[in-house]
Amino acid sequence: MSAILDIRDLHLDIVASRRRNHILRGVSLDVRPGEVHGLVGESGAGKTMVGKVVLGIAPPTAQVTGGSVRFDGGEITHMPDRARRSLMGAGLALIPQDPMTSLNPARRIGDQITDVLRLHLGMGAGEAGERALALLRDVHIRNAGRVVRQYPHELSGGMRQRVLIAIAFACRPKLIVADEPTTALDVTVQRQVLRLIKEMQENAGTAILFVTHDLGVVAKICDRVTVLQAGRVLEHGPARRVIEEPEHPYTRALMKATPRYDRPGDLLEPVPPALVDELNAAAAAYDRERAGA
Amino acid sequence: MAELAAPLPTWRRMAANGRVLWGGGFLLFLALVALFAPLLAPHDPLEQDLMLQYVPPFWAEKAEPGFVFGADNLGRDILSRLIHGSRIALTVAIVAAFAAGLLGTVLGLLAGYLGGWVDAVISRLVDIWMAFPAVLLAIVLVAVLGTGLHSVIIAIAVIDWTRFCRVVRAETMAQKEQDYVASAVTIGLSRFRILVREVLPNVVPLLLVLLTLEMGIAVIVETILSYVGLSIASDIPTWGGMISAGRQYVHQAPWLLVLPIVCVVLTVLALNALGDGLKDTLDPVMRK
Ligand SMILES: Nc1ncnc2c1ncn2[C@@H]1O[C@H](COP(=O)(O)OP(=O)(O)O)[C@@H](O)[C@H]1O
Ligand SMILES: [Mg+2]
Repeated sequence: MSAILDIRDLHLDIVASRRRNHILRGVSLDVRPGEVHGLVGESGAGKTMVGKVVLGIAPPTAQVTGGSVRFDGGEITHMPDRARRSLMGAGLALIPQDPMTSLNPARRIGDQITDVLRLHLGMGAGEAGERALALLRDVHIRNAGRVVRQYPHELSGGMRQRVLIAIAFACRPKLIVADEPTTALDVTVQRQVLRLIKEMQENAGTAILFVTHDLGVVAKICDRVTVLQAGRVLEHGPARRVIEEPEHPYTRALMKATPRYDRPGDLLEPVPPALVDELNAAAAAYDRERAGA
Repeated sequence: MAELAAPLPTWRRMAANGRVLWGGGFLLFLALVALFAPLLAPHDPLEQDLMLQYVPPFWAEKAEPGFVFGADNLGRDILSRLIHGSRIALTVAIVAAFAAGLLGTVLGLLAGYLGGWVDAVISRLVDIWMAFPAVLLAIVLVAVLGTGLHSVIIAIAVIDWTRFCRVVRAETMAQKEQDYVASAVTIGLSRFRILVREVLPNVVPLLLVLLTLEMGIAVIVETILSYVGLSIASDIPTWGGMISAGRQYVHQAPWLLVLPIVCVVLTVLALNALGDGLKDTLDPVMRK
């Protein structure tokens, strides 16, 4: 089956005041249609940056220096603005990390949902309004009629994330990038939101690139997983296999180091600093080799 | 009122804020006075009666019934002149503040949002503009444009747009970095639409505060221009014109000077109170 998202040997630098930091060092991964693909790793590994490149929202200081990102068969790294805009929200969408700040505080919930419908599906105000209500019901918001008239600050974090999920799924995109979509939420709400994302994903047959540092989440909803460290892919494979029989020592250490909400009693062991040092040294050596070549 | 369901907490907060109450209340009163001036004024503000020269206000001994605040050097009713003067003061305050606000906001939004050379050019322009002393610039401008209501309004707008521009630019730069802007990009909205529909609504609370404060400044500038004889034709009563005339009779009839000054000061204080009160009540909600 051909991949909906195919990232090949992606290199990205961040250029800040004459310093050039290599952030992504030849990242490759592919997401198949309808699958949930986990992208895991410690903070700073570059997971968010991969998602931003896919979505075309990398900061201006970021430069893609090599490799390709193909979505639905077409290259999207250096897409013209207009083509990119017709893709965003329609074929490709985002579920952001922080629901508290990702909705516009000055606009009503309903308007923020109908925007994407009117833009990409050519709906009029009335039709889009109806669809917005239906979408809110899809994400199990009960008093949808009231919520569309409310402002974000009147809703809880969980409710806001449901709204953002409704927006992401509104145009039935082929791929959604979900960047730690439950990290900012209360533990009890995390579970509900995770279940909701899985439910919506299955119903719509959407593929998801699911960025997380939580292996419990991976175990629960991912089909395959890619492990990222210092901008390099250390291991990838079916989620179950990677979790039950990790091949790379770093993956094993990561397993022991991350709290899992599905196994709250587990004792945690930090990733051994020696291992991290070793991997970072390897990454630096890789940089030198690449610079020399 | 169902439509207002969401901002209700904000309205409540405003209603509970003393400065918003007194500032807004006074301005509402003033607006009504200006609107219904011909009905409210007991006399024609231009009618002269030499028998009534220097009649003092009601609290003095030789007060004349029907002339609450007395009469001026030409025997014109002070109260009626103050009432009619509020029209010019408010017109200038509102129109000039909005004109300055419009110019400054458009440029501030563009500078803050687009950055790069657009920002460099606009920011440089603001710096140069602000290097000129404002009141002098106003006097020069009106001298060039000729006296009259239009010139006063244009002068204030042309000078004071920089106040809006600087603050709006900074606020836009801050808003641009917010997550909701990134969200708007990921649903495919255009840059221009994001600026107008997403960022601008978040700048509006700040704009309200700036507008209110600018109205106070406009009242003062208009007074100064009237005082130096560069504002409206002298047959239309203005507070500044009254202050200017009253200065000459300050020994015989100090109220000719004091009463219009009180009007100016009260109006400016009310506008500042409203602006400060709005800042307190609007900020926390919108910035969360
Ligand atoms: N806007 C930015 N400017 C400079 N460096 C950045 C920026 N965003 C991310 N980085 C750097 O890129 C690396 C990867 O960051 P990120 O993709 O956010 O990691 P993750 O999501 O895995 O925690 C980090 O070292 C971080 O410091
Ligand atoms: Mg991240």
